[in-house]
Amino acid sequence: MEVNRRDFLKIAGAGIGTLVLPSLDVKAATIPGNLENAHAMLYDATLCVGCRACQVACKKRAGLPYVTDENQMYEMPTDLNGDTWTIIKLYKDTETYSFVKKQCMHCVEPACASVCPVAALEKTTEGPVVYHSYKCIGCRYCMTACPFDIPKYEWDEINPIIQKCDFCADLQSAGQQPACSAACPTGALISGTRSEMLEIAHQRLADHPEQYFNHVYGEHEVGGTSMLYIAGVSYEKLGYPTLKNQSIPDITWPYMKAVPFVFFGMAGAMSAFYYWTHRNKEEEG
Amino acid sequence: MATGVNNIRLRKYPVGAGMIIVWITGAIGLSVAVYRWIVGLRITNMSDNRPWGIWISFDMMSGIGLAAGAFSIAAIVYIFNIKKLYPIVRPTILTGFISYILAALTLLADLGLPQNIWHLIIYWNIHSPLFEIGWCVMAYTTVLLLEFSPVVLEALGWKAPLKLIRSITIPLVILGISLSTMHQSTLGTMLLAMPYRIHPFWYSPLMPVYFFMTAIAAGMAMTVFESYHSARTYQQKFELGISSKITSWIPYVLGIYIVIKVVDVIVSGTYIRLVQDPWPTFMFLIEIMGGALIPALLFADKRVRSTLSGQVWASFLVMGGLILNRFNATLVFMNGDFYFPSAAEIAVSIGLTCLGIIMFDAAIRLLPMYPNPREKQEIKSLENAV
Repeated sequence: MEVNRRDFLKIAGAGIGTLVLPSLDVKAATIPGNLENAHAMLYDATLCVGCRACQVACKKRAGLPYVTDENQMYEMPTDLNGDTWTIIKLYKDTETYSFVKKQCMHCVEPACASVCPVAALEKTTEGPVVYHSYKCIGCRYCMTACPFDIPKYEWDEINPIIQKCDFCADLQSAGQQPACSAACPTGALISGTRSEMLEIAHQRLADHPEQYFNHVYGEHEVGGTSMLYIAGVSYEKLGYPTLKNQSIPDITWPYMKAVPFVFFGMAGAMSAFYYWTHRNKEEEG
Repeated sequence: MATGVNNIRLRKYPVGAGMIIVWITGAIGLSVAVYRWIVGLRITNMSDNRPWGIWISFDMMSGIGLAAGAFSIAAIVYIFNIKKLYPIVRPTILTGFISYILAALTLLADLGLPQNIWHLIIYWNIHSPLFEIGWCVMAYTTVLLLEFSPVVLEALGWKAPLKLIRSITIPLVILGISLSTMHQSTLGTMLLAMPYRIHPFWYSPLMPVYFFMTAIAAGMAMTVFESYHSARTYQQKFELGISSKITSWIPYVLGIYIVIKVVDVIVSGTYIRLVQDPWPTFMFLIEIMGGALIPALLFADKRVRSTLSGQVWASFLVMGGLILNRFNATLVFMNGDFYFPSAAEIAVSIGLTCLGIIMFDAAIRLLPMYPNPREKQEIKSLENAV
């Protein structure tokens, strides 16, 4: 019922142009092929001991400055920011606790790459969503469109750029692991292809259903992500939003597809109307 | 008759105290904008969890919406062939042109890397609503410049280019309507990428349609307000008949908008929120009642349309409704950190608006914006020639 209404409204909203369009496949247009064999990572919150080795390795690899307070004392950042691409957080209530790693989810169909007007963000065939700062104009649309609130900005810089995890795209194309998963001492963070990671995740859920919250976060959320999660507590508690399976580009692309039809349709309608309103000109003149 | 710059004469309208305040505020705003280019965005209150502030909500979203009068009036006069409105075409096109210049200037303040804005031309992403808006705005600003150019050419007395522009008026107007339809609605599409951020009262698959319709209504209201302002400031006669004609269209536009919106809220089940979220409900009702329903009823009443104050106040309501709508959708009920604009942001927003008034004032003083009786005769003959 819900889907029918949405689809109906979408068609109505996107205009009649959508109906006569050749069937352009949004997936073919936004994602570069089958990503099941592309790089992915699995974070198992039940294995994480919160040592933050991944956080340190990330800063080292990316050359990001450490956060210090006014006395030059080293400080733990409290969230992702312009100098922090990944962070370990702790959820704790009276009965249970869980660490959780935050970083770019590297969506299969990323909203950021779809909305960027200058294509500064790109989903590569290998899996990572990478950022080309030389293209960026600084509109910050990616920040507002990201359903996970991942891209951060260098608000204090005169020429600020977006900062977010690049999934160690360079290391991965050289055949190495991302710095964070390579640094993980407990195996809480492992890397491999997306299908391997999903298989391991589902195996663990099946083997120890009592330990896990029965859901692989990232398998289907907003069209799937290359960063996958399993945990012992609900994802909402860990700060991960409840999202639908439809990807963000899937929402906007039908409208964008209709744009040429709106343009030419309007021009045609206005031309026709012009001739109609001026049809009696000779008689009037 | 001599041609060229010497031909331009200064019309000596009085300069009021208000205009001096506008000059000072404009100068302050422009200085703060320059300061922002020197020190960066740190002087704003935007943050990682509130990446868009009032420069987007007010100057871009509201400013471009209010500038829709230019294409609506052009359509009414040139396409629908309602010649009665011809006298306000020039000031309306000028208002639109200035609004788009202001939007571009604000964008230069708001973008983190304004020096890269030309990247829109070389790096394409047809999936991005913002890419389309960028291109449409560039193209439409050019169209507005061409649509306005006859006024300048007339002042300079350059006959040949004037004739050329006049010969392509109708294609230009149609191009302007198409481009406006595209980017006014795409401003709504832009927000469709944020289903988890925007409150369901404002997030809807029909947002592009809503944005387009409210822009038409508010653009016409803006035209009335601008005529009123000009009449007061430049001793023109406020043509009640003309603005009454324009505003008689507003009830239809807003009426259809309200009907679609109400059906949308009922069909989508969003109405449940009317009892769940008091604060959004309050703002939503103010926006729909005060910004759409009441002015639609007012403009539908001939008695209101036949008085100056009735027209101006109802126009204010429509314009306020659009601004409130854009603020609700892009700022107030968009998830994120608490935000209140910094003094610098407010100074730039108000200052650039004042800059627009200054540009409008300069054009009226230097260019033949309001045809005098002799020119009226000329226009009549030109109209017949078209």
